[in-house]
Amino acid sequence: MQSERVVGQPVFRKEGLAKVLGAARYIDDLSMPGMIYGATVRSAIPRGRVLGIEFSPGIPWDEFTIVTAKDIPGKNYIAMINNDWPCLVDGVVNHPQEPILLLAHPDRHLLPQAVAAVHVRYEEMSSVHSIEESERGRTIIWGEDNVLKSYLLEKGDVDAAFAQPDIIIVVGEYTTGAQEHLYIENNGAIAMYDEHAGVTLWGSLQCPFYAHKSLMAVTGLPEDKVRVIQVETGGAFGGKEDYPSMIGAHAALLAMKSGRPVKIVYDRAEDMAATTKRHPSRTRHRTAVTKDGKLLAADIELCLDGGAYSTLSSTVLSRATIHSGGAYFWPNIRVRSKAYATNTPPHGAFRGFGAPQALFATERHMDRVAKAVGLTPEEFRRRNLLLTGETTSTGQVIRQQIDLQGWMERALDCANYREKKARFDRENPDGVRKKGIGFAVFLHGSGFTGSGERYLNSLVGVDATAEGRIRVLVSSTEFGQGTNTILCQIAAETLGVDYDVVEMAPPDTGIVPNSGPTVASRTAMVVGRLVQSAALGLKQTLIASGLLGERYLTEEFQAAAKAHIGKHGGLCSMSRYQAPPDVYWDDQTYRGEAYAAYAWAVYVAEVTVEVTTYSVAVDDFVALQEVGRVLNPVLATGQVEGGVAQGIGYALYEKVSWDRGLMKNNQMTNYIIPTSQDLPKIRVYFEEVPFEHGAYGAKGIGELPMDGPAPAILNAIAHATGEDFNAIPLLPEDIAERLAAGAPAAQEMATV
Amino acid sequence: MSMREFSLRVNGVERIVSAPPMARLLDVLRQELGLTGTKEGCGEGECGSCSVLINGELVNSCLVPIAQAAGTSITTIEGVGAHTKLHPVQQAFLQCGGAQCGICTPGMILAAVHLLEKCPNPTREQIEEGLNGNLCRCTGYMRIFAAVEKAATTIEAGVPG
Amino acid sequence: MRSCSAECELLTPGSLEAVLCLLHDEPGLWTPIAGGTEIMVLYGAGKLTERKFVSIAVPELREITEDGGWISVGGGCSFTQIRRHVGIQKHFPMLAQCASWLGGIANQNRGTIGGNLANASPAADSPPALFAYGAELELISARGKRRIPYEEFHLGYKKTALALDELIGTVLLPKRFDDSLRYVRKVGTRNAQAISKICMAATATVKHGHVEEIRIGMGSVAPTPLRLAATERALMGTELTDAAILNVVIWEARRALASETAPIDDIRSTAAYRTLVAGNLLEEMLRTFAGAAR
Repeated sequence: MQSERVVGQPVFRKEGLAKVLGAARYIDDLSMPGMIYGATVRSAIPRGRVLGIEFSPGIPWDEFTIVTAKDIPGKNYIAMINNDWPCLVDGVVNHPQEPILLLAHPDRHLLPQAVAAVHVRYEEMSSVHSIEESERGRTIIWGEDNVLKSYLLEKGDVDAAFAQPDIIIVVGEYTTGAQEHLYIENNGAIAMYDEHAGVTLWGSLQCPFYAHKSLMAVTGLPEDKVRVIQVETGGAFGGKEDYPSMIGAHAALLAMKSGRPVKIVYDRAEDMAATTKRHPSRTRHRTAVTKDGKLLAADIELCLDGGAYSTLSSTVLSRATIHSGGAYFWPNIRVRSKAYATNTPPHGAFRGFGAPQALFATERHMDRVAKAVGLTPEEFRRRNLLLTGETTSTGQVIRQQIDLQGWMERALDCANYREKKARFDRENPDGVRKKGIGFAVFLHGSGFTGSGERYLNSLVGVDATAEGRIRVLVSSTEFGQGTNTILCQIAAETLGVDYDVVEMAPPDTGIVPNSGPTVASRTAMVVGRLVQSAALGLKQTLIASGLLGERYLTEEFQAAAKAHIGKHGGLCSMSRYQAPPDVYWDDQTYRGEAYAAYAWAVYVAEVTVEVTTYSVAVDDFVALQEVGRVLNPVLATGQVEGGVAQGIGYALYEKVSWDRGLMKNNQMTNYIIPTSQDLPKIRVYFEEVPFEHGAYGAKGIGELPMDGPAPAILNAIAHATGEDFNAIPLLPEDIAERLAAGAPAAQEMATV
Repeated sequence: MSMREFSLRVNGVERIVSAPPMARLLDVLRQELGLTGTKEGCGEGECGSCSVLINGELVNSCLVPIAQAAGTSITTIEGVGAHTKLHPVQQAFLQCGGAQCGICTPGMILAAVHLLEKCPNPTREQIEEGLNGNLCRCTGYMRIFAAVEKAATTIEAGVPG
Repeated sequence: MRSCSAECELLTPGSLEAVLCLLHDEPGLWTPIAGGTEIMVLYGAGKLTERKFVSIAVPELREITEDGGWISVGGGCSFTQIRRHVGIQKHFPMLAQCASWLGGIANQNRGTIGGNLANASPAADSPPALFAYGAELELISARGKRRIPYEEFHLGYKKTALALDELIGTVLLPKRFDDSLRYVRKVGTRNAQAISKICMAATATVKHGHVEEIRIGMGSVAPTPLRLAATERALMGTELTDAAILNVVIWEARRALASETAPIDDIRSTAAYRTLVAGNLLEEMLRTFAGAAR
């Protein structure tokens, strides 16, 4: 497996040079001749009817292009699963910051005043702002019961297992908060309209064909009259999966009405308040375990707060449901899950996509189950971790040669876990600095869930240009994770040419085929594999044509490609997704192969809880994972480190403060993410078990590192303090509240 | 209020710009001078994406009114290195994986250049502090720290970038 | 950017004299702007009501001088200047420390001590150290100069002793704390670029186990940065070296602290947390001092 020349090498990021030079052009760096600027008037209430819209005097309204729902030539929705997310409010508001009206003007400085001068009158209706309120159902804001989606996953006979004698039952409730992506580049788009060419959209986005689909719906234009081009994108993490379709549609509507190119770029406050976040969750576990620590059954109830429209909640809930069992063998398991509607801006995709919520609950709970049966967390896990040949919660047989027990041991050794644990136990009683160490073992399914990849039916191409350069044709986008680099590595490897002669075709729906969205840790494994087979087809074409021998230099390959183009007018090879054989999935019963492959990981966190200020510092972090073949060690390590940093933020810093569905702390000053001085050394280790259906053995890596840090850290805090904290984000204020009952002030008061 | 003319030296070149005096240096660089390598992330001096050097000192250009920058010498990312001659910090970012999505990269590189000017052989703690006003959401900073350490070694060895 | 720059005026007179004349001739009309780290934030967010500004970034305000028993810090000195100044590092290390806690490096390069004080945020980083070091301020205007103890500067939430035509000319620090015990701590939302949930600094002289002098400054526990006068009174003369007595002293000090602070719930923390942690810091300070005095 180490014989490859390009794959597995730390080649430089394809667009890295442009980025370090500051020459990479992002959406706000672009301008079009005659371009004007757009802005959005948003709802000020969580729920109600719009009674009227008034335009205050003092603004030259005749200079503005104004768009409302009535100006939409096509359908008033952003095309997603249920098509229920309005592009613009038409009569009824369902969350704060919902777009009601669009404005455009040549002077961008006039827009804030103009937005403030549009007054919307409402008749307010009662609104719902938590899972509990939505569940209670006193106010119905969605369907008949506020439930956006529900699933039932069942394996074995859960009730019978709980009825067995001599078992221990452990219950627990775990909650997670919303999380803001906080990509450093805000959302933005430029749209241009021309009667003949239709709409062209440039945007900071992950999924060009998602935006394409929404633009077709909103503009009513046919497929060939809508073109979407991704420009350099300054971070996304799932946050630019769905919302760019909204902002893109808004820019397009303004461009169609004004006849001029329109740029909409949000500022930070608007981006944070109006766009999606990670779904808050509440998970209840009830676990049956034997006295010698073998898991018998899980009864899990998982709820997500989906926000005001269904958007992606059903698929986030699906991944959460499937990941709820964690990396354990459950003879019996039942997961009942629901996504509830609230009057909050819709929650959306965020790295991990439901798995971080589910795995936080599971991995916190497993530490508590271990304690209940009198075993150490590691010994308890050792007895229950999945083995090759066993089945997951959905009945999927693990065919891959996994060694979770061995990987757990390696990670614990790397962290010096046992020695530290003993030492901390000895030293903690005396100090105001309580040390703790904890860990989590988990998995993440690569690619779309269940039949998803089959529905996507991705298409990928590799072609050659007249100059003899090789291009990868995909709609998979680069936003920092390394798409450009790894796909070029795969093509170069397969073609047997230098990495430098391979490049990415522009991510333009007018040029590239639909290789699916850039989400779900699918790019390396699924799209990469298609690039590999398309590249192989290209090479075989050249060899079969007699232009290329079996052994060749890069220059010879390029010459052959040029010759082929000269003779035939082009050289392109396409490859379409084919599901791996013997894969079975039932969408109704949630049984079967949920994912083609899983990535596995063991994360160990060491913390200090300082009881003067109740603050937590993460002192050391070991991240060990098995992700199949590592295509680029520098990029892969960077993905893990970045994911761990976001996970640390998720656990300890990042709190969205809500006021009736409105984010109050929508500033970087007040939404706290880790700085360069807040992180431990993140030590990354890889195990590599090549996956036969992935590109050169690769599986997914992007989301996995988001899943483990929060439970590992909270397990470490439980070790340090002896207290079970089961909610994140866990802020010093929360720790203070719990520990204050025994605080010195109270004690001393009693002794004086 | 009326536009005023301000002269300043940008990346070694004397420039005269016409702008309202409260215009943010960031906007003047990006919109008047076309230097779009300087990015806006937050507009409140929190993220450091708009970092530039004024007379060698690191500042957030979103918080500097142009009138206060008149007569100064400014370095933006475009003045740090070129395709043909990368600055050692840029080279190290490329090599060590210090840039992912790239939006914080120009500001981060300027903060790193500033740090190495003031402190040529920084410890890990000094690097962490030197970059503390530049937020990165992709890397978790580890590759960036490695890049700064590498650049320090390169500069010390006198290897041309 | 939510403000319209074309609507704002910003003058840069270039000399202190010219700035003071402008402020004197049209009092209240011109808002001084120094490093811009506060005003430009509000400006970017469209939250500034003022439209006319005068830049007070003038060389006369940017000097740090040492003479006799004092170090004089010009109101326009940046926090980077303060951090790097050898005399401040030696005689007023807690001020250097507080300067290092303010924002990120870029904000320390621009933010000034005069701006930090005049902005009068209760969460400002430098005030606690200034209280602890018995700082005085020299306020200047075209009318002349006047000198006040720093304690008399903050009059209420965002209200200061500055007249409409006055600037903070100099912050004066008496070099008489070299042998004092000291304690300084910031509790923020994270390790860097954090606005304080609580910030505290203190100096003390302990003779024969008894507190002879003590000065404590605290931020984010009241509408203004606070010198903890009542707590200081409660501690004056108390014995720190006897463990049993220390517990009583700590309890008394916590009670005095509670009597003079009124923390609030805000977007960064809660009143309950601030109350609890302020007391904990006070206790930590006393145990530190007691340890040093033994």
